[in-house]
Amino acid sequence: MSAVLESPAALTSKTKIKVKDLNFYYGGFHALKHINMEIPEGKVTAFIGPSGCGKSTLLRTFNRIYALYPRQEAKGEILIDGENILAPSQDVNRLRAKVGMVFQKPTPFPMSIFDNIAYGVRLYESLSARTMEERVEWALRKAALWDEVKDKLGQSGMSLSGGQQQRLCIARGIAVKPGVLLLDEPASALDPISTARIEELVHELKNEYTIVIVTHNMQQAARVSDFTAYMYLGELMEFGVTDEIFIKPKRKETEDYITGRFG
Amino acid sequence: MNDHLSKQFDNELEALRSQVLQMGGLVEAQVRGAIQAFSNGNLSLADQVVETETRVNTFEVDIDTDCSQIIVKRQPAATDLRLIMAVTKTVTDLERIGDEAHKIARMARQIHERGVADSGRFANIRHTGDAAVNMLRQALDAFARLDVQDAMRIITEDRAIDIEFKSVIRQLITYMMEDPRTISTALDIIWIAKAIERIGDHAKNICEYVIYIVKGTDVRHTKVQFPEVQPAKV
Repeated sequence: MSAVLESPAALTSKTKIKVKDLNFYYGGFHALKHINMEIPEGKVTAFIGPSGCGKSTLLRTFNRIYALYPRQEAKGEILIDGENILAPSQDVNRLRAKVGMVFQKPTPFPMSIFDNIAYGVRLYESLSARTMEERVEWALRKAALWDEVKDKLGQSGMSLSGGQQQRLCIARGIAVKPGVLLLDEPASALDPISTARIEELVHELKNEYTIVIVTHNMQQAARVSDFTAYMYLGELMEFGVTDEIFIKPKRKETEDYITGRFG
Repeated sequence: MNDHLSKQFDNELEALRSQVLQMGGLVEAQVRGAIQAFSNGNLSLADQVVETETRVNTFEVDIDTDCSQIIVKRQPAATDLRLIMAVTKTVTDLERIGDEAHKIARMARQIHERGVADSGRFANIRHTGDAAVNMLRQALDAFARLDVQDAMRIITEDRAIDIEFKSVIRQLITYMMEDPRTISTALDIIWIAKAIERIGDHAKNICEYVIYIVKGTDVRHTKVQFPEVQPAKV
Protein backbone atom coordinates (compact mmCIF):
# COMPACT_ATOMS: atom_id res chain seq x y z
CA MET A 1 0.00 0.00 0.00
CA SER A 2 1.49 3.30 -1.00
CA ALA A 3 -0.03 6.24 0.78
CA VAL A 4 -1.10 9.18 -1.33
CA LEU A 5 0.09 12.03 0.79
CA GLU A 6 -0.26 15.70 0.89
CA SER A 7 3.21 17.05 0.64
CA PRO A 8 3.73 19.46 3.51
CA ALA A 9 6.59 20.93 1.54
CA ALA A 10 3.98 22.51 -0.68
CA LEU A 11 3.15 24.77 2.26
CA THR A 12 6.61 26.28 2.38
CA SER A 13 8.81 27.85 -0.21
CA LYS A 14 11.35 25.11 -0.76
CA THR A 15 11.96 21.40 -0.50
CA LYS A 16 15.34 20.40 0.95
CA ILE A 17 15.11 16.61 0.68
CA LYS A 18 12.99 14.92 -1.92
CA VAL A 19 12.56 11.16 -1.59
CA LYS A 20 11.34 9.38 -4.71
CA ASP A 21 10.17 5.78 -4.61
CA LEU A 22 12.76 4.77 -2.06
CA ASN A 23 13.10 1.10 -1.16
CA PHE A 24 15.57 -0.22 1.36
CA TYR A 25 16.75 -3.75 1.98
CA TYR A 26 18.62 -5.36 4.86
CA GLY A 27 19.75 -8.38 2.87
CA GLY A 28 16.46 -10.07 2.00
CA PHE A 29 14.38 -7.92 4.33
CA HIS A 30 12.43 -5.16 2.61
CA ALA A 31 12.63 -2.44 5.28
CA LEU A 32 11.37 0.64 3.42
CA LYS A 33 8.65 0.35 0.82
CA HIS A 34 8.12 2.93 -1.90
CA ILE A 35 8.70 6.01 0.22
CA ASN A 36 7.84 9.32 -1.43
CA MET A 37 8.13 12.51 0.53
CA GLU A 38 9.36 16.08 0.46
CA ILE A 39 11.08 17.47 3.53
CA PRO A 40 10.87 21.25 3.74
CA GLU A 41 13.93 23.42 4.16
CA GLY A 42 14.53 25.26 7.42
CA LYS A 43 11.93 23.27 9.31
CA VAL A 44 11.92 20.40 11.77
CA THR A 45 10.45 17.17 10.50
CA ALA A 46 9.81 14.33 12.97
CA PHE A 47 9.57 10.64 12.11
CA ILE A 48 7.41 8.65 14.51
CA GLY A 49 6.23 5.07 14.56
CA PRO A 50 6.63 1.84 16.50
CA SER A 51 9.97 0.02 16.73
CA GLY A 52 10.94 -1.58 13.46
CA CYS A 53 8.74 0.70 11.34
CA GLY A 54 11.70 2.01 9.37
CA LYS A 55 11.97 5.54 10.71
CA SER A 56 15.63 5.25 11.71
CA THR A 57 16.38 3.37 8.49
CA LEU A 58 14.90 6.22 6.49
CA LEU A 59 16.90 8.78 8.45
CA ARG A 60 20.08 6.77 7.86
CA THR A 61 19.59 6.87 4.11
CA PHE A 62 19.85 10.67 4.10
CA ASN A 63 23.60 10.60 4.68
CA ARG A 64 24.14 7.04 3.47
CA ILE A 65 25.52 5.99 6.81
CA TYR A 66 24.00 2.58 6.20
CA ALA A 67 26.73 2.04 3.60
CA LEU A 68 29.13 1.37 6.47
CA TYR A 69 27.40 -1.98 6.90
CA PRO A 70 27.36 -4.92 4.51
CA ARG A 71 24.25 -6.18 2.69
CA GLN A 72 22.31 -2.97 3.10
CA GLU A 73 20.96 -1.44 -0.05
CA ALA A 74 18.83 1.57 -0.98
CA LYS A 75 16.99 1.82 -4.30
CA GLY A 76 15.25 4.89 -5.60
CA GLU A 77 16.24 8.53 -5.39
CA ILE A 78 16.96 10.95 -2.59
CA LEU A 79 17.48 14.45 -3.87
CA ILE A 80 19.15 16.89 -1.51
CA ASP A 81 19.21 20.35 -3.06
CA GLY A 82 18.29 18.61 -6.30
CA GLU A 83 21.26 16.23 -6.27
CA ASN A 84 20.64 12.48 -6.07
CA ILE A 85 22.73 11.36 -3.12
CA LEU A 86 22.15 7.69 -3.91
CA ALA A 87 23.95 8.06 -7.25
CA PRO A 88 27.16 5.99 -7.35
CA SER A 89 29.07 9.13 -8.27
CA GLN A 90 28.10 10.80 -4.98
CA ASP A 91 31.11 11.63 -2.80
CA VAL A 92 30.03 10.17 0.54
CA ASN A 93 32.45 12.26 2.61
CA ARG A 94 31.20 15.46 1.04
CA LEU A 95 27.63 14.25 1.63
CA ARG A 96 28.27 13.67 5.33
CA ALA A 97 29.70 17.16 5.68
CA LYS A 98 26.45 18.46 4.20
CA VAL A 99 24.24 16.17 6.25
CA GLY A 100 25.28 15.91 9.90
CA MET A 101 24.04 13.23 12.25
CA VAL A 102 23.64 12.84 15.99
CA PHE A 103 22.86 9.47 17.54
CA GLN A 104 20.86 8.25 20.50
CA LYS A 105 23.92 7.76 22.69
CA PRO A 106 26.40 10.62 22.80
CA THR A 107 29.51 9.67 20.87
CA PRO A 108 32.24 12.16 21.76
CA PHE A 109 35.66 11.32 20.36
CA PRO A 110 38.28 10.37 22.97
CA MET A 111 39.97 13.72 22.65
CA SER A 112 39.66 17.24 24.04
CA ILE A 113 36.43 19.22 23.82
CA PHE A 114 38.16 21.60 21.40
CA ASP A 115 39.41 18.81 19.16
CA ASN A 116 36.03 17.10 19.17
CA ILE A 117 34.78 20.12 17.25
CA ALA A 118 37.92 20.90 15.28
CA TYR A 119 38.52 17.35 14.07
CA GLY A 120 35.68 17.30 11.57
CA VAL A 121 36.35 20.84 10.41
CA ARG A 122 39.98 19.97 9.60
CA LEU A 123 38.79 17.21 7.27
CA TYR A 124 37.01 19.67 5.02
CA GLU A 125 38.65 23.04 5.56
CA SER A 126 42.11 24.30 6.36
CA LEU A 127 41.61 27.17 8.74
CA SER A 128 44.16 29.28 10.56
CA ALA A 129 44.49 28.61 14.30
CA ARG A 130 42.60 31.82 15.04
CA THR A 131 39.78 31.07 12.61
CA MET A 132 39.52 27.53 13.97
CA GLU A 133 39.16 28.89 17.51
CA GLU A 134 36.41 31.15 16.27
CA ARG A 135 34.69 28.26 14.53
CA VAL A 136 34.86 26.07 17.66
CA GLU A 137 33.45 28.87 19.78
CA TRP A 138 30.73 29.53 17.21
CA ALA A 139 29.68 25.87 17.14
CA LEU A 140 29.73 25.55 20.93
CA ARG A 141 27.70 28.74 21.28
CA LYS A 142 25.19 27.50 18.72
CA ALA A 143 24.87 24.27 20.67
CA ALA A 144 24.33 26.27 23.89
CA LEU A 145 27.38 24.65 25.47
CA TRP A 146 29.97 27.45 25.34
CA ASP A 147 29.34 28.93 28.76
CA GLU A 148 29.68 25.52 30.39
CA VAL A 149 32.92 24.49 28.70
CA LYS A 150 34.77 27.68 27.71
CA ASP A 151 37.21 27.33 30.63
CA LYS A 152 37.99 23.67 30.02
CA LEU A 153 38.29 23.28 26.27
CA GLY A 154 41.42 21.17 26.76
CA GLN A 155 39.62 18.59 28.89
CA SER A 156 38.41 15.35 27.43
CA GLY A 157 34.99 15.37 25.82
CA MET A 158 34.29 12.21 27.76
CA SER A 159 34.46 14.17 31.04
CA LEU A 160 31.20 15.98 30.29
CA SER A 161 27.77 14.88 31.49
CA GLY A 162 25.51 12.91 29.14
CA GLY A 163 23.48 15.98 28.20
CA GLN A 164 26.63 18.04 27.65
CA GLN A 165 28.17 15.26 25.56
CA GLN A 166 25.06 15.22 23.37
CA ARG A 167 25.25 18.97 22.87
CA LEU A 168 28.94 18.53 22.08
CA CYS A 169 27.96 16.06 19.36
CA ILE A 170 25.46 18.57 17.99
CA ALA A 171 28.17 21.26 18.07
CA ARG A 172 30.46 18.87 16.20
CA GLY A 173 27.71 18.23 13.68
CA ILE A 174 27.08 21.89 12.95
CA ALA A 175 30.75 22.95 13.02
CA VAL A 176 31.20 21.79 9.43
CA LYS A 177 28.16 23.91 8.52
CA PRO A 178 25.88 21.26 7.11
CA GLY A 179 22.54 22.14 5.56
CA VAL A 180 20.80 19.20 7.16
CA LEU A 181 20.99 17.84 10.69
CA LEU A 182 19.73 14.31 11.37
CA LEU A 183 18.89 13.50 14.97
CA ASP A 184 18.27 9.87 15.82
CA GLU A 185 16.53 9.88 19.22
CA PRO A 186 18.92 12.55 20.48
CA ALA A 187 17.33 12.87 23.91
CA SER A 188 16.15 9.37 24.73
CA ALA A 189 19.12 8.68 27.02
CA LEU A 190 18.95 12.06 28.74
CA ASP A 191 17.29 13.39 31.88
CA PRO A 192 14.36 15.86 31.52
CA ILE A 193 16.51 18.97 31.95
CA SER A 194 19.05 17.91 29.33
CA THR A 195 16.14 16.87 27.10
CA ALA A 196 14.60 20.32 27.45
CA ARG A 197 17.95 21.90 26.52
CA ILE A 198 18.21 19.73 23.40
CA GLU A 199 14.65 20.59 22.41
CA GLU A 200 15.35 24.28 22.93
CA LEU A 201 18.44 23.89 20.78
CA VAL A 202 16.47 22.22 18.00
CA HIS A 203 14.08 25.16 18.08
CA GLU A 204 16.93 27.65 17.82
CA LEU A 205 18.78 25.80 15.06
CA LYS A 206 15.84 25.26 12.79
CA ASN A 207 15.99 28.62 11.09
CA GLU A 208 19.42 27.80 9.71
CA TYR A 209 19.22 24.05 9.26
CA THR A 210 16.80 21.52 7.97
CA ILE A 211 16.36 19.17 10.90
CA VAL A 212 15.00 15.64 10.75
CA ILE A 213 14.43 13.97 14.09
CA VAL A 214 13.49 10.40 14.92
CA THR A 215 11.82 10.04 18.27
CA HIS A 216 9.83 7.50 20.24
CA ASN A 217 8.54 10.29 22.41
CA MET A 218 5.40 11.57 20.74
CA GLN A 219 5.09 14.60 22.96
CA GLN A 220 8.62 15.49 21.91
CA ALA A 221 7.64 15.21 18.26
CA ALA A 222 4.61 17.39 18.97
CA ARG A 223 6.75 19.96 20.78
CA VAL A 224 9.74 20.30 18.48
CA SER A 225 8.59 19.56 14.96
CA ASP A 226 6.77 21.51 12.27
CA PHE A 227 5.93 18.40 10.27
CA THR A 228 5.44 14.82 11.34
CA ALA A 229 5.64 11.60 9.38
CA TYR A 230 4.06 8.46 10.80
CA MET A 231 5.64 5.23 9.58
CA TYR A 232 4.49 1.68 10.00
CA LEU A 233 5.95 -1.57 8.67
CA GLY A 234 8.28 0.24 6.31
CA GLU A 235 5.59 2.46 4.82
CA LEU A 236 4.95 6.14 5.15
CA MET A 237 1.39 6.17 6.44
CA GLU A 238 0.80 9.86 6.93
CA PHE A 239 2.88 13.00 6.56
CA GLY A 240 1.54 16.37 7.54
CA VAL A 241 1.64 19.48 9.66
CA THR A 242 2.46 18.39 13.23
CA ASP A 243 -0.46 20.20 14.87
CA GLU A 244 -2.87 18.49 12.51
CA ILE A 245 -1.31 15.06 12.96
CA PHE A 246 -1.66 15.28 16.74
CA ILE A 247 -5.11 16.85 16.88
CA LYS A 248 -6.82 15.60 13.76
CA PRO A 249 -4.87 12.90 11.92
CA LYS A 250 -6.28 11.83 8.58
CA ARG A 251 -5.70 8.11 8.92
CA LYS A 252 -7.09 5.76 11.50
CA GLU A 253 -3.69 4.01 11.75
CA THR A 254 -2.04 7.29 12.79
CA GLU A 255 -4.83 8.04 15.24
CA ASP A 256 -4.51 4.60 16.85
CA TYR A 257 -0.76 5.01 17.27
CA ILE A 258 -0.71 8.50 18.72
CA THR A 259 -3.60 7.82 21.09
CA GLY A 260 -2.04 4.63 22.41
CA ARG A 261 -4.53 2.30 20.77
CA PHE A 262 -1.87 0.56 18.79
CA GLY A 263 -1.29 -3.06 19.54
CA MET B 1 -12.57 2.87 17.82
CA ASN B 2 -10.14 0.37 19.32
CA ASP B 3 -9.43 0.22 23.03
CA HIS B 4 -6.33 1.85 24.44
CA LEU B 5 -3.37 -0.30 25.40
CA SER B 6 -4.00 1.11 28.85
CA LYS B 7 -7.27 -0.28 30.17
CA GLN B 8 -7.14 2.26 32.93
CA PHE B 9 -7.13 5.12 30.40
CA ASP B 10 -10.25 3.62 28.79
CA ASN B 11 -11.88 3.42 32.22
CA GLU B 12 -10.98 7.01 33.01
CA LEU B 13 -12.48 8.30 29.77
CA GLU B 14 -15.58 6.19 30.22
CA ALA B 15 -16.02 7.46 33.78
CA LEU B 16 -15.64 11.02 32.49
CA ARG B 17 -18.33 10.59 29.85
CA SER B 18 -20.64 8.94 32.31
CA GLN B 19 -20.18 11.83 34.77
CA VAL B 20 -21.03 14.35 32.03
CA LEU B 21 -24.21 12.43 31.24
CA GLN B 22 -25.17 12.29 34.91
CA MET B 23 -24.65 16.02 35.18
CA GLY B 24 -26.64 16.45 31.98
CA GLY B 25 -29.50 14.40 33.40
CA LEU B 26 -29.53 16.54 36.52
CA VAL B 27 -29.56 19.78 34.54
CA GLU B 28 -32.28 18.49 32.22
CA ALA B 29 -34.44 17.68 35.28
CA GLN B 30 -33.75 21.21 36.57
CA VAL B 31 -34.96 22.83 33.36
CA ARG B 32 -38.00 20.58 33.18
CA GLY B 33 -38.85 21.33 36.81
CA ALA B 34 -38.41 25.08 36.34
CA ILE B 35 -40.69 25.18 33.32
CA GLN B 36 -43.32 23.09 35.10
CA ALA B 37 -43.12 25.35 38.12
CA PHE B 38 -43.82 28.28 35.81
CA SER B 39 -46.63 26.45 33.99
CA ASN B 40 -48.57 25.04 36.95
CA GLY B 41 -47.37 27.12 39.87
CA ASN B 42 -45.96 24.13 41.75
CA LEU B 43 -43.47 26.09 43.82
CA SER B 44 -41.97 23.07 45.54
CA LEU B 45 -40.60 22.17 42.10
CA ALA B 46 -39.04 25.62 41.93
CA ASP B 47 -37.41 25.00 45.31
CA GLN B 48 -36.00 21.70 44.09
CA VAL B 49 -34.45 23.43 41.08
CA VAL B 50 -32.69 25.87 43.37
CA GLU B 51 -31.50 23.10 45.68
CA THR B 52 -30.09 21.04 42.81
CA GLU B 53 -27.78 23.86 41.77
CA THR B 54 -25.16 22.96 44.37
CA ARG B 55 -24.92 19.42 43.01
CA VAL B 56 -24.57 20.71 39.46
CA ASN B 57 -21.79 23.05 40.52
CA THR B 58 -19.99 20.21 42.28
CA PHE B 59 -20.22 18.10 39.11
CA GLU B 60 -18.66 20.92 37.09
CA VAL B 61 -15.69 21.27 39.44
CA ASP B 62 -15.19 17.50 39.78
CA ILE B 63 -15.32 16.84 36.03
CA ASP B 64 -12.89 19.68 35.30
CA THR B 65 -10.52 18.28 37.92
CA ASP B 66 -10.74 14.83 36.31
CA CYS B 67 -9.97 16.37 32.91
CA SER B 68 -6.85 18.08 34.31
CA GLN B 69 -5.72 14.82 35.84
CA ILE B 70 -6.19 12.92 32.61
CA ILE B 71 -4.26 15.58 30.67
CA VAL B 72 -1.34 15.49 33.08
CA LYS B 73 -1.25 11.69 33.34
CA ARG B 74 -2.04 10.65 29.78
CA GLN B 75 -1.11 13.54 27.51
CA PRO B 76 -4.08 12.73 25.30
CA ALA B 77 -3.87 13.28 21.54
CA ALA B 78 -6.25 13.38 18.58
CA THR B 79 -9.75 12.11 19.42
CA ASP B 80 -8.92 11.67 23.13
CA LEU B 81 -7.67 15.24 23.33
CA ARG B 82 -10.72 16.49 21.48
CA LEU B 83 -12.98 14.59 23.87
CA ILE B 84 -11.31 16.13 26.93
CA MET B 85 -11.49 19.62 25.44
CA ALA B 86 -15.14 19.08 24.56
CA VAL B 87 -15.97 17.73 28.02
CA THR B 88 -14.57 20.78 29.81
CA LYS B 89 -16.60 23.01 27.51
CA THR B 90 -19.72 20.90 27.77
CA VAL B 91 -19.75 21.06 31.57
CA THR B 92 -19.46 24.84 31.40
CA ASP B 93 -22.51 24.97 29.13
CA LEU B 94 -24.38 22.52 31.36
CA GLU B 95 -23.63 24.58 34.44
CA ARG B 96 -24.92 27.69 32.69
CA ILE B 97 -28.07 25.85 31.66
CA GLY B 98 -28.46 25.08 35.37
CA ASP B 99 -28.14 28.81 36.10
CA GLU B 100 -30.82 29.59 33.52
CA ALA B 101 -33.11 26.97 35.10
CA HIS B 102 -32.49 28.64 38.44
CA LYS B 103 -33.50 32.00 36.92
CA ILE B 104 -36.70 30.50 35.47
CA ALA B 105 -37.57 28.94 38.85
CA ARG B 106 -37.00 32.25 40.63
CA MET B 107 -39.18 34.13 38.14
CA ALA B 108 -41.85 31.43 38.30
CA ARG B 109 -42.04 31.89 42.07
CA GLN B 110 -42.25 35.68 41.68
CA ILE B 111 -44.99 35.45 39.05
CA HIS B 112 -47.10 32.96 40.92
CA GLU B 113 -46.73 34.70 44.28
CA ARG B 114 -47.86 37.89 42.60
CA GLY B 115 -50.80 36.02 41.08
CA VAL B 116 -51.04 35.51 37.32
CA ALA B 117 -53.78 37.40 35.56
CA ASP B 118 -54.34 34.82 32.85
CA SER B 119 -51.75 32.05 32.59
CA GLY B 120 -53.40 30.70 29.44
CA ARG B 121 -52.06 33.72 27.63
CA PHE B 122 -48.57 32.39 28.09
CA ALA B 123 -49.05 28.97 26.57
CA ASN B 124 -46.62 29.62 23.76
CA ILE B 125 -43.75 30.24 26.17
CA ARG B 126 -44.42 26.84 27.73
CA HIS B 127 -44.19 25.42 24.26
CA THR B 128 -40.84 27.12 23.67
CA GLY B 129 -39.65 25.81 27.03
CA ASP B 130 -40.62 22.27 26.14
CA ALA B 131 -38.79 22.63 22.83
CA ALA B 132 -35.65 23.76 24.68
CA VAL B 133 -35.84 20.82 27.13
CA ASN B 134 -36.30 18.49 24.21
CA MET B 135 -33.34 20.01 22.41
CA LEU B 136 -31.17 19.62 25.52
CA ARG B 137 -32.19 15.98 25.91
CA GLN B 138 -31.36 15.27 22.27
CA ALA B 139 -28.03 17.11 22.57
CA LEU B 140 -27.11 14.90 25.53
CA ASP B 141 -28.17 11.84 23.53
CA ALA B 142 -25.98 12.95 20.63
CA PHE B 143 -23.11 13.40 23.09
CA ALA B 144 -23.68 9.95 24.60
CA ARG B 145 -23.72 8.28 21.18
CA LEU B 146 -21.27 10.70 19.53
CA ASP B 147 -23.82 11.03 16.75
CA VAL B 148 -22.77 13.73 14.28
CA GLN B 149 -25.90 13.49 12.16
CA ASP B 150 -28.15 14.14 15.14
CA ALA B 151 -25.87 16.91 16.36
CA MET B 152 -26.14 18.67 12.99
CA ARG B 153 -29.91 18.34 12.96
CA ILE B 154 -30.27 19.71 16.51
CA ILE B 155 -28.10 22.72 15.69
CA THR B 156 -30.54 23.70 12.97
CA GLU B 157 -33.43 23.30 15.46
CA ASP B 158 -31.99 26.09 17.59
CA ARG B 159 -33.13 28.57 14.94
CA ALA B 160 -36.74 27.57 15.64
CA ILE B 161 -36.32 28.45 19.32
CA ASP B 162 -34.75 31.79 18.42
CA ILE B 163 -37.72 32.55 16.16
CA GLU B 164 -40.21 31.55 18.87
CA PHE B 165 -38.37 33.73 21.37
CA LYS B 166 -38.81 36.74 19.10
CA SER B 167 -42.49 35.96 18.66
CA VAL B 168 -42.95 35.68 22.47
CA ILE B 169 -41.34 39.09 22.92
CA ARG B 170 -43.62 40.62 20.26
CA GLN B 171 -46.66 39.11 21.97
CA LEU B 172 -45.61 40.36 25.40
CA ILE B 173 -45.11 43.86 24.04
CA THR B 174 -48.67 43.73 22.70
CA TYR B 175 -50.02 42.64 26.13
CA MET B 176 -48.10 45.36 27.89
CA MET B 177 -49.46 48.00 25.51
CA GLU B 178 -53.01 46.69 25.83
CA ASP B 179 -52.99 46.39 29.60
CA PRO B 180 -50.27 48.12 31.62
CA ARG B 181 -51.24 46.04 34.69
CA THR B 182 -49.51 43.07 33.02
CA ILE B 183 -46.17 44.89 32.74
CA SER B 184 -44.53 43.44 35.91
CA THR B 185 -45.47 39.88 35.00
CA ALA B 186 -44.61 40.39 31.33
CA LEU B 187 -41.15 41.63 32.28
CA ASP B 188 -40.62 38.53 34.44
CA ILE B 189 -41.77 36.39 31.54
CA ILE B 190 -39.31 38.13 29.23
CA TRP B 191 -36.56 36.95 31.60
CA ILE B 192 -37.94 33.43 31.38
CA ALA B 193 -38.13 33.58 27.60
CA LYS B 194 -34.56 34.84 27.43
CA ALA B 195 -33.42 32.03 29.75
CA ILE B 196 -35.13 29.47 27.52
CA GLU B 197 -33.52 30.96 24.44
CA ARG B 198 -30.11 30.74 26.15
CA ILE B 199 -30.74 27.09 27.07
CA GLY B 200 -31.26 26.42 23.35
CA ASP B 201 -27.96 28.17 22.60
CA HIS B 202 -26.09 26.08 25.19
CA ALA B 203 -27.63 22.86 23.85
CA LYS B 204 -26.50 23.92 20.40
CA ASN B 205 -22.96 24.45 21.73
CA ILE B 206 -22.95 20.90 23.10
CA CYS B 207 -23.87 19.62 19.64
CA GLU B 208 -21.01 21.63 18.16
CA TYR B 209 -18.62 19.92 20.59
CA VAL B 210 -19.96 16.52 19.47
CA ILE B 211 -19.01 17.41 15.89
CA TYR B 212 -15.59 18.54 17.12
CA ILE B 213 -14.99 15.28 18.99
CA VAL B 214 -15.94 13.06 16.07
CA LYS B 215 -14.82 15.06 13.06
CA GLY B 216 -12.17 17.37 14.50
CA THR B 217 -13.98 20.25 12.82
CA ASP B 218 -14.63 23.33 14.90
CA VAL B 219 -17.96 24.67 13.63
CA ARG B 220 -18.37 27.35 16.28
CA HIS B 221 -19.03 30.83 14.94
CA THR B 222 -19.18 29.53 11.40
CA LYS B 223 -21.96 29.46 8.91
CA VAL B 224 -21.22 25.86 8.08
CA GLN B 225 -23.51 24.26 5.58
CA PHE B 226 -23.92 20.96 7.31
CA PRO B 227 -24.13 18.73 4.27
CA GLU B 228 -20.42 19.60 3.86
CA VAL B 229 -19.63 17.88 7.16
CA GLN B 230 -19.50 14.30 6.05
CA PRO B 231 -20.34 11.55 8.53
CA ALA B 232 -17.44 9.68 10.08
CA LYS B 233 -16.14 6.73 8.08
CA VAL B 234 -14.12 5.30 10.94
